[in-house]
Amino acid sequence: MASAAQRRIKSISYAKYGYMFIAPFFLVYCFFQIWPLIYTFILSFKGNQANNAAFVGMENYSTILFGKGSSAGAAATHAEFAKALGNTFILWFGNFIPQILLSLLLAVWFTDAKVKLPGKGFFKIVMYMPNIITAASVAALYVNLFGDSKNYFINATLLNMHLVSEPIKFVTDPVNSKIMVMFIQTWLWFGNTMIMLMSGIMGISPSLFEAADIDGANSTQQFFKITLPLLQPIMVYTLVTSMIGGLQMFDLPYLFHNGANFSKELETVAVYIYYNFNKGTVEQASYGYAGAASIIIFAITAVLGSITFYMNRDKDAIAKKKQRKKAEKQMKAKMKQGGLTI
Amino acid sequence: MSMKEQYGQQKDSYHSKIMAKSIAIFVVCVILTLICLVPIYILIVNSTHAHMDLAQNPSRFFFGKSLGANIKTLMNDLPADAGKAAKRVAQQYSSAFSLGRGYLNSLIIAGFSTLLTVFFSAMTAYGLTVYDFKLSGAAYTFIIGVMMIPVQVSSAGFVRFMYSLHLINSFIPLIVPAIAAPAVIFFMVSYMKSSFPLEIVEASRIDGCGEFRTFITIAIPMMKPAIAVQAIFAFVSNWNNYYTQNMILKNADYATVPIMVSKVLAFDKNIDNGVNYLCITLSIIPIVVVYFILSKFIIAGVALGGVKE
Repeated sequence: MASAAQRRIKSISYAKYGYMFIAPFFLVYCFFQIWPLIYTFILSFKGNQANNAAFVGMENYSTILFGKGSSAGAAATHAEFAKALGNTFILWFGNFIPQILLSLLLAVWFTDAKVKLPGKGFFKIVMYMPNIITAASVAALYVNLFGDSKNYFINATLLNMHLVSEPIKFVTDPVNSKIMVMFIQTWLWFGNTMIMLMSGIMGISPSLFEAADIDGANSTQQFFKITLPLLQPIMVYTLVTSMIGGLQMFDLPYLFHNGANFSKELETVAVYIYYNFNKGTVEQASYGYAGAASIIIFAITAVLGSITFYMNRDKDAIAKKKQRKKAEKQMKAKMKQGGLTI
Repeated sequence: MSMKEQYGQQKDSYHSKIMAKSIAIFVVCVILTLICLVPIYILIVNSTHAHMDLAQNPSRFFFGKSLGANIKTLMNDLPADAGKAAKRVAQQYSSAFSLGRGYLNSLIIAGFSTLLTVFFSAMTAYGLTVYDFKLSGAAYTFIIGVMMIPVQVSSAGFVRFMYSLHLINSFIPLIVPAIAAPAVIFFMVSYMKSSFPLEIVEASRIDGCGEFRTFITIAIPMMKPAIAVQAIFAFVSNWNNYYTQNMILKNADYATVPIMVSKVLAFDKNIDNGVNYLCITLSIIPIVVVYFILSKFIIAGVALGGVKE
């Protein structure tokens, strides 16, 4: 441990290099992220389309949140945004629940020392695979397999096997298409969640499980009394990151459709934002609505993010900092008393 | 019943229970593996069938013979006596899904973004861990704080801003922002904290090595494992990034692989299902092959918990 004096010398002579090393990050981040974020905020107070230079105050917010506003389609805009928010929540919930249950089950199985499972490594690799495939390609793949008519693979197979009499509308039906997107999302993410939970379970001391074994606890009891409580931090982290990821859900809902336009039944908030700032030309898109929706999402994300941040903060570092400050204070007090010079 | 018999029986039933459980788990895993692999298999199988065959019976489980013909359609390389309809189809697909250019664009974007991400993230992480300066704590807190902000939140302003800078249809808005990757920095800082001895920096200073040179010649080679993992993830996420690319690249000349796939998906006439499948196959295969080669690193990287898009 370096003494306070040594630390001070180091900070005097090398601090400027520290700033030099982190400067590129901050310059680029401010230019490409912070300023666009502020700009989005500004745009959310401005008009839409042809009216996009005018300052309209909170009107965009009141329009998309409550349907009140001077523009012609205020009520429709509100209805669309509300539906998008609802869809986002439904799609997120419908993929998160099966995903976390499946991942948890698999993670427990894969880390169970008593179970003899050949090819564990292979299973892990295959189950993670969907996660790295381009989401756009995945959407295209499922649209082409699950197309609505008998000309597509799944419907043709079901008809050939006489399991159904009519082709099922997997892509255009409001309910079926949502279930499809939930399924695909689960398909994409369960491997990832499984591996994260596995590393969490492997962090639990094996002696706890051994002790429980000797005391005669069965695997269900071990799961609920040991694994689940000790896995809580990583579960919260998974939950929050998944919620934030759910708010960003774009590629799949946007591309899971027939023909040229996205399906309104699958419109999420991210699709809503994208659609609004792509309406018409680049100069005259509906930046106001897009901006207001973005800021609302930002507020939700900020709340969710601060929860994880609070739960994941480095407790050791905070304690160390406190100690250091205390030591510095003592040092100063001593110096004031005199006699000690460095 | 003697003691030995009793315990022997219990032991046997314990063993058979575990065996039964293992078999049940194995079966579930095999089913899940099939769910993961069968869609890809069907996709590849279907891309080897001609449109006419698929129209007759779309439920194909085995390879066909038309892969070559489908590739020729996609490359607009039809025989001279081909019908007008076939020519229209070939024209449509080859203009939307250009093999060479699309892959080159994706490769340029993903490649340069990856280089910038890992280099500058390593540099920022080095600056934050090696030097003890006044704002280092605040800077690190900021980086963790912004880690979770979704791209969608600032995208409206981003597009508008890029438009005012005349950077629509340019790779710059897709490559340069890669310098600032908070999640990667977070990962690298935790890696450096656990496995980068600061004494080595002191030693190189004593030997008269400059600060930047220490970073390049000593720190980077020592951070290779972290850089490799993050490079893989950065490459994959940039290759797959449909949202930002579609936002910026409006001109067909700049289309990347995900954009080309979305274009093929949006066709509503002159559709050739075999070629459709071929396009999707071509967009998936490279990344799947690379994945299986690097899978060990990738799984280890995910387990480290640094990555969740």
